[in-house]
Amino acid sequence: MSTRITWPQVAIAAAIGLFLFAFLVVPVLTVIYVAFVDGTGGFTLSHFVSFFHISLMRESFWNSLYVATLSVVFATIIAVPLAYFTARFQFRGALLIQTLGILPLIMPPFVGAIAMQLIFGRSGSVNLLLNDWFGFTLPIMDGLNGVIFVEAIHYFPFILMNLVVALNNIDSSMEESALNLGASGMRLFRRIVFPLAMPGYIAGAALVFIKVFDDLGTPLVLNVTNMLAPQAYLRITSVGIEDPIGYVIGVFMIVFSLVALWASALVLKGREYATMQRGYSGLAKRRLTPWQGVFAYGWIVLVLALVLAPHLGILMLSLAKVWSFSVLPEGFTLQHYATVFQDSPRMIWNTLLYCGIAAGIDVVLGTAIAYLILRTRVPARLSLDFIATAALAIPGVVLAIGYLRTFRGMELPFTDDLLTSSWLLLVVAYSIRRLPYALRSCLAALQQMHVSLEEAAENLGARKSRAIVRVVVPLMAGGILAGFVTSFMTAAVELSATLMLVTAQHDAPMSYGIYLYMQSAAGRGPGAALGVLAVAIVAIGTYLSHRLIERREAEKQSQPLARIEV
Amino acid sequence: MEKQRQVPVEFANVSLSYGATRVLHDVSVTIEPGEFFALLGPSGSGKSTLLRLLAGFLQPDTGTIRVAGADITRVSPWDRDIGMVFQNYALWPHMTVAQNVAFGLVERKLPRAEIETRVAAALELVGLKEFGARRPGQLSGGQQQRVALARTIAIEPKVLLLDEPLSNLDAKLRVHMRTELFELQRKLGITTIFVTHDQEEALSISDRVAVLDGGVIQQVGSPMELYDNPANRFIANFVGTINLLRGTLERDGERGVFRSPVLGEVPLGRTAAPAGSAEIAVRPHTLKLVAPDAPDEPGRSWVAGTVAEREFLGEFVRYTLRVGNAELVADQPHFIGERGFAPGVAVKVGVNPAQVKIL
Repeated sequence: MSTRITWPQVAIAAAIGLFLFAFLVVPVLTVIYVAFVDGTGGFTLSHFVSFFHISLMRESFWNSLYVATLSVVFATIIAVPLAYFTARFQFRGALLIQTLGILPLIMPPFVGAIAMQLIFGRSGSVNLLLNDWFGFTLPIMDGLNGVIFVEAIHYFPFILMNLVVALNNIDSSMEESALNLGASGMRLFRRIVFPLAMPGYIAGAALVFIKVFDDLGTPLVLNVTNMLAPQAYLRITSVGIEDPIGYVIGVFMIVFSLVALWASALVLKGREYATMQRGYSGLAKRRLTPWQGVFAYGWIVLVLALVLAPHLGILMLSLAKVWSFSVLPEGFTLQHYATVFQDSPRMIWNTLLYCGIAAGIDVVLGTAIAYLILRTRVPARLSLDFIATAALAIPGVVLAIGYLRTFRGMELPFTDDLLTSSWLLLVVAYSIRRLPYALRSCLAALQQMHVSLEEAAENLGARKSRAIVRVVVPLMAGGILAGFVTSFMTAAVELSATLMLVTAQHDAPMSYGIYLYMQSAAGRGPGAALGVLAVAIVAIGTYLSHRLIERREAEKQSQPLARIEV
Repeated sequence: MEKQRQVPVEFANVSLSYGATRVLHDVSVTIEPGEFFALLGPSGSGKSTLLRLLAGFLQPDTGTIRVAGADITRVSPWDRDIGMVFQNYALWPHMTVAQNVAFGLVERKLPRAEIETRVAAALELVGLKEFGARRPGQLSGGQQQRVALARTIAIEPKVLLLDEPLSNLDAKLRVHMRTELFELQRKLGITTIFVTHDQEEALSISDRVAVLDGGVIQQVGSPMELYDNPANRFIANFVGTINLLRGTLERDGERGVFRSPVLGEVPLGRTAAPAGSAEIAVRPHTLKLVAPDAPDEPGRSWVAGTVAEREFLGEFVRYTLRVGNAELVADQPHFIGERGFAPGVAVKVGVNPAQVKIL
């Protein structure tokens, strides 16, 4: 890499820095600032004191912690056996488990929550059957239980996938040398396998904690308002943008996110040795004994039934004429889809437009930041990475509150429209929140590409910009596309920032529409239909991009020599 | 491809540091027009850095780099016209072989017809005429290297740089490609600089070699000069195998006598070296081993020793001898039927004064 810092590099870095500063740093600092100042601008803790004087706030505080913690616990119980089966045993369920991994990405919990109530609620299918057969019911969906249940079965794949990767990265030689030195069975697991896989577990668990803590849609759809995220939303939308309590909640949400991330970073630190060595071959895979097989498949079937419940439920709901106080819907119809296509083609279009632009911004920024970090010596390039990644710790609700406060009264250039009532702000919010994913994807793609591939282009007469266009970007295409798809998919089903930033219904995307429909009993059918459409769009997008990436990779063939470490 | 205009390359007082780490220190060397020049050194010696400075991927802290007399120190890599073949070939997997080779010509905005002719000519030159439509991933390592070579010479660069060109090939192919590279360079007549850590590679095909260590050029010379007249211990050790012995040099008129506890007294013949403590270097193949009771052959100084180890290497047997409390390595040619000396056996070692080099 050239040691020279050039003006274009600095200009691009500055532009990115400015964007992140204006739309991430300033809004978040504004939220924190407002939480700590009194009416005259002096420092005060009085807002925090009044927060804890309101019994509803105290209750919400503990409820949020309780729900997030228990969701992690239940997600762990579901995920750990599955991860262990895939990593340690030869069996066909592995592919199935991999597939489970992307389900929460394509359907967020709030979409399926209503369907879950119809299946597991007090008068849902399961309890109706239990009551008929055994004369008792289970309070699975009552209040906070419902939130925990829905969140856990949606987000356990984050733990599962991280744990599977961590287990697969353990070199078989690590295990073999332990066996060679006399450790086996549970002792081997406890002393070698478990500690080496721990960072993966913690990373997944922290992610689940943050996701649940930030989730606004699920509690609202399930009509649970005594948690922090719903309270922040309700305070700002009902009391108003001036209400300091909303900002205090925002501060708490940021702090808990940061603590979870910090904890996982702390555990991950210095754990590089867990990754595979040269000539790695993963953990040795054993055959299942018959009893292990029964247990493994039994567990998978049970988990699968739970995981698919919201998906099947939402599908049934979208097709049901009436579904209330009955095990299954009474009669099916396509009427809801017709309603959706009549009422809200605009929402579908909006989702495609907003998420397309946001994902586009993300991969452009992601590619540029990745390039600045890995291939230049521009000062402060690592801070760009840090700030962009810090967006992970910022809940959607908090970012949205920050936008509303920071940009209030500001007008769009050349128009009389307020920035805060424009859909552009929603696009910016999406792009900021999804940037960390796109950035990781771009970084990985560029890291895999040996610098000599770019130098060769320059050596043959291509200037920097030409080398980037003709060699760097095409070779990163797989990673860029993966980043685009991830950003697009997750933005398409994001609700927290959406709920707060959508001001006019004709500007609303699908996620908002789903939520709105679900508010009334009559809207459940169309809401479910819109949900199914959203999932279908995301799923088709994922499938197509996978095909595209696979084709490109096949075209390239693997090119072993270019990846040799020099 | 035509024979190209031959240009000289000059490094003048080039230094480069990364923070406190000195990578190159005051390097000055001139590569003559049309020369096949090797940069030889262990890893970390700065040889690749020198190449990257010439290609423009690095800039020196101080010093000047001239190509054909023009200062190119601050010129961008893409404006230098210096072709480089990378160690890992750096072929672009998203382009076909022909697209790879055409890249530099497209960047030079040549007419399409000319690009096609030159791509075909370059591929033919490296013997890959039929491979234009393939992807790099479908080629063997040797073929990939030829593509990389074709891609570079297609632009008819002023200077050709080869970064460890043979290191990614297996042993047999390596020797073969070595000859091919040499022939290609002679055919094109292009000033060529190549980096290697393999002294055999450097000595066998280059006109001259610069040996680097610790960011400093230790010696520049023809392969034979380096081998016969190593300038210092490092060169002596690095180029070929050698025995180094400390002792004192005494002068007897124009003649020198080397006295050491290991070899005793060895008369050396004419020398200009000053008297005093000295170090001599003796190549293993110049030593002669005989049975202790054999008569002393005239013209050699003889000393008694014991065989400590022996390695059979085919053409010769390499003996490690214990002489006094020192070790000497002696290579003896091997012929069918000869058994040589077994470990533990006492031998007599003959030193030829004409083959002793005073460092």
